[in-house]
Amino acid sequence: MAVKRVRFTFPEELIREPIIYRLGHEFRVITNIRMADVDEHTGWVILELEGDPDEIERSLRWAEAQGVRVDPITGDVVEG
Amino acid sequence: MSFATELRCRECHRVYPLQALHACEFCFGPLEVVYDYEALRKHVSRRRIEAGPPTLWRYRDFLPCDADAAIDIGAGFTPLIHAKNLGKVLGLPKLYLKNDTVNPTWSFKDRVVAVAATRARELGFQKLACASTGNLANSVSAHAAAAGMEAIVFIPADLEEGKIVGSSIYGPTLVKVRGNYDAVNRLCAELAGAYNWAFVNVNVRPYYSEGSKTLGFEVAEQLGWRAPDHCVVPIASGSLFVKIRKGLNELARVGLIEEPRTRMSGAQAAGCSPVATAWAERSMNFRPQKPNTIAKSLAIGNPADGYYALVQLRDTNGDCGSVTDDEIVEGMKLLAETEGIFAETAGGVTVASLKQLVERGSIHPDELVVAFITGAGFKTIDAVAGRLKPALEIDANLESFERAYGALLHTGVA
Repeated sequence: MAVKRVRFTFPEELIREPIIYRLGHEFRVITNIRMADVDEHTGWVILELEGDPDEIERSLRWAEAQGVRVDPITGDVVEG
Repeated sequence: MSFATELRCRECHRVYPLQALHACEFCFGPLEVVYDYEALRKHVSRRRIEAGPPTLWRYRDFLPCDADAAIDIGAGFTPLIHAKNLGKVLGLPKLYLKNDTVNPTWSFKDRVVAVAATRARELGFQKLACASTGNLANSVSAHAAAAGMEAIVFIPADLEEGKIVGSSIYGPTLVKVRGNYDAVNRLCAELAGAYNWAFVNVNVRPYYSEGSKTLGFEVAEQLGWRAPDHCVVPIASGSLFVKIRKGLNELARVGLIEEPRTRMSGAQAAGCSPVATAWAERSMNFRPQKPNTIAKSLAIGNPADGYYALVQLRDTNGDCGSVTDDEIVEGMKLLAETEGIFAETAGGVTVASLKQLVERGSIHPDELVVAFITGAGFKTIDAVAGRLKPALEIDANLESFERAYGALLHTGVA
């Protein structure tokens, strides 16, 4: 089991979608919202995901395929 | 000795020991080094600093590590140039350039890495790591080599050979990571958590970012112990932009300069402008972007200090430029042709933004302006190749030269 913290950023077209609920149902990961700020145009959520590392990765790739931007919570780690 | 006392969360102000920590466990806010400013005030003086070495270590008392054990390859104390020619073109008679292209690995990253590496070694780390597409990798590799530490540098697998050489010459372990930018980014964040290495811009970031303050210190000292009226700074993660002002504030706090009224303006490439875009929309929430610009050293789509950069723009009555790739190249050429400084693309962003900010009235002609040129042009030759005046090619005789040069004079472009 592993725990991973990521930041989801939602575009306007996904604001009304229950993405995190679906992620928790379609993958064997426990989701825990630690912080969030969502309004009618955009939103971000700091999410803790607990589960098998490969399953977590699959769930994140699924979220990206839905249109969510997934980042490390620290901001970009790769610098120029 | 250091006057650093603790780490403190910028958001909730929880306090942490001076260890390899970077984010608050409770609110995930960034941690920042706190100093005993009362003790510092009694200890420092202009004379003490002026008697120090011609490197950033002359400001040792303001840094979060023991300078007696510094990993010093000569970073910092770079020239501050009164840019009369560029100033004339832009209508800024009091324009100065802080030329950080002349650092040991030719970028300002030597400042942050010098401090991070020194602190990392103090904390007992043997391995210095980073994920980078250029300048940071060069600097980490060089400092680790000088310190006898092992460098582990992660780079995107498709990075150009020229950029790899600038790191691999120092003998680091280079790891090419296959995948798109976001995947590489996420993996490296995970690696930083999984291994007990000093990842310079992750788990030792509070110390790393303090190195940028030295640009503020130097500018104030080089101006005769005064703060500039206006700074124009390229924004990538936003840390440099915020820390230059912190440096000026600290000098005032310990009584070495008057309280700064410096306006802080930023510079971003239009192809990666999360801060400039939010600023233009008068929003304090930036939206992460997918970078698409020739200014690779500024290509941070999700800047760690983006929010704080926006706060500083607001609080200091600054502005933020956003310039196209063509404008970046023109900025590089303008800087080189007027002041003899060949800067990398980030320098083009700064000069082009400077021009943009003057044109829209955000910089006043009577202000003492300092623009920060953060990296050397030989790192990004591809950006200008093919866009410069071609050479004359001649046979090895006088007649051939005179024919070619005469033709040039005739066209009026000599």
